[in-house]
Amino acid sequence: MKRMIIILLRNPLSLLGVILVSLVVLSAIFADFIAPFPDHRGAVVDFVHFNQGPTSRNYMGTDLVGRDLFSRIIYAFRISLILGVVVLAIATPVGTFVGLFAGYLGGKVEFILMRLTDVFLSIPPLVLAIAMMGVLEPTLMNAMLAVTVMWWPWYARLVYNIARSEREEGYVLAAEVIGASNIHIALREILPNCLPAIITKMTLDMGFVIIIASSLSFLGLGVQPPTPDLGSMVAEGARYLPDSWWLTVFPGLAILIAVFGFNLIGDALREILGADQ
Amino acid sequence: MLPVLHLLARRLGISLIVLVGVSMLIFGIARVIPGDPARIALGPNATVEQVTNLREELHLNDSIVVQYGYFLADLLKGELGISLYTNRPVTTDIAQFLPATLELVIFAGILMVGIGLPLGIASARYRGRWPDHVIRLVSLLGVSAPSFVWAVILMLLFAFYLPIFPIAGRIADTYEITRVTGFLLIDTLLAGNFSAFGDALRHIILPAFALAVSGIGQAARLTRANMVETYDKPYIEMAHAFGFSARRIANKFAFKPSMIPSLTIIGLDFAAMLGNAFLVEAVFAWPGLSRYGVAVILRKDLNAIIGTVLIISATFLIVNLIVDLMIALLNPRIRYSQRGST
Repeated sequence: MKRMIIILLRNPLSLLGVILVSLVVLSAIFADFIAPFPDHRGAVVDFVHFNQGPTSRNYMGTDLVGRDLFSRIIYAFRISLILGVVVLAIATPVGTFVGLFAGYLGGKVEFILMRLTDVFLSIPPLVLAIAMMGVLEPTLMNAMLAVTVMWWPWYARLVYNIARSEREEGYVLAAEVIGASNIHIALREILPNCLPAIITKMTLDMGFVIIIASSLSFLGLGVQPPTPDLGSMVAEGARYLPDSWWLTVFPGLAILIAVFGFNLIGDALREILGADQ
Repeated sequence: MLPVLHLLARRLGISLIVLVGVSMLIFGIARVIPGDPARIALGPNATVEQVTNLREELHLNDSIVVQYGYFLADLLKGELGISLYTNRPVTTDIAQFLPATLELVIFAGILMVGIGLPLGIASARYRGRWPDHVIRLVSLLGVSAPSFVWAVILMLLFAFYLPIFPIAGRIADTYEITRVTGFLLIDTLLAGNFSAFGDALRHIILPAFALAVSGIGQAARLTRANMVETYDKPYIEMAHAFGFSARRIANKFAFKPSMIPSLTIIGLDFAAMLGNAFLVEAVFAWPGLSRYGVAVILRKDLNAIIGTVLIISATFLIVNLIVDLMIALLNPRIRYSQRGST
């Protein structure tokens, strides 16, 4: 663990990733202290300063009702990160167990579980989430639910592939010979060998979840105003291009910075852990 | 050739099972919606009698299994019901809007392969030197933002600040093109109207590129990773020893085996683009299926939602089938043995 952190901090690119992610995470946690206008995350109106470009008062300009964009972006990071953590905290274990048992047990279990996974995987990810949000009320909880439902099959597929090749390894045979139970072999013997790939995928997925969630709210199917969300901020601002460019450019760059940071770390982890699919 | 046909039949069978599964899933999602579909369809002014009649007509009083049976029977007749949004059969709507989306996605797919693969090849060939670093950084940036962000940025740069490309739509209103295939780039050529073709081409470039950016990044990253792996194989060393040029080794010996894992992911990226088309079409006011999809979703138009998702999934399965076939043709080991269930 310690060795891994040292390697991460030595490489300039992964160092950049660590810095970007730290910035995003810290500003989300301490938003109340960093944001110049903390109350602007809600339904505040300030018509004296509405729709202004970047100034020394509002570093990223103000929106159509005069709220400080910089403050709103910082609070939007909070929503994105919470969503990402919750989605991965549910989707990863579910997908891992499905893939693990399908891959190790084989036979009918494998056929049923993997065909089920295929069904989910054959609807383009965003389309499934959009369809679910179409019938659900657009709230943060439901957005998390929709993204989780589309996310677990990817872990199932990843772990399934590893488990299927591990099942032929000598150590599994050895465990079977001494009479270890299926559950013991799956969880204690095979699972540890899947962990590097799972951890790498989770880091890269943090960025993807942020992308998908912001895409949903971009279409008006995610978190609703006045709660600040990067996707809905871009959607709202896009109607006022090119004059009020700051309305779209800054929230767009905010997404780019957060996702880029997670991707840089994920890439470095993949190289360190040697966890290619 | 026979094993390939066998493979095709097997994959086709699995795809059909999966498609039935998809229809169940979507049907299930659409039926757990709170509220009465008949009431939603008729609006708040309908009488109780009208609602009761429509419930009877839509088989809403039967169990969900029976309802699904009716739905499947209609589907086999090629009927997907009436859209509440346009008041037309859903199949008519889809036939009208699908070509625009397919044209956009296919064009973006060509950009993805045409730009992403060469970038990946160059990156692997100059591994560890500056072109490699630049390409890796750019392609990582490419996958780090949703396509609507790229769409907005490209629009700002190349439609507003440098007015090279049009801002929205598929073609200028002044052109009247008879619809043959629904693909404007083809229809304009069939009509022999080259200025209309040029105009359609100018319209498609920005949205297609916005849609392709993350796919280009993905393709480049993947191709690089696979080629770097191939470069370490002994037969590449032998090719060096035989004195083949670096370019020939890159393009011939290292590229082909590296393509096989890349192709699967490219198929998945194509699927992602079918979804991301929802975002890009919204920015560029592209009159495609995705814009229709968002419209019907916001109106909770169930028939249209089910139809749209089904047709997108079917398209996706067809693409994957083609990808699998290409892999089988490229890889002799798979060509002559059975590919596993992956």
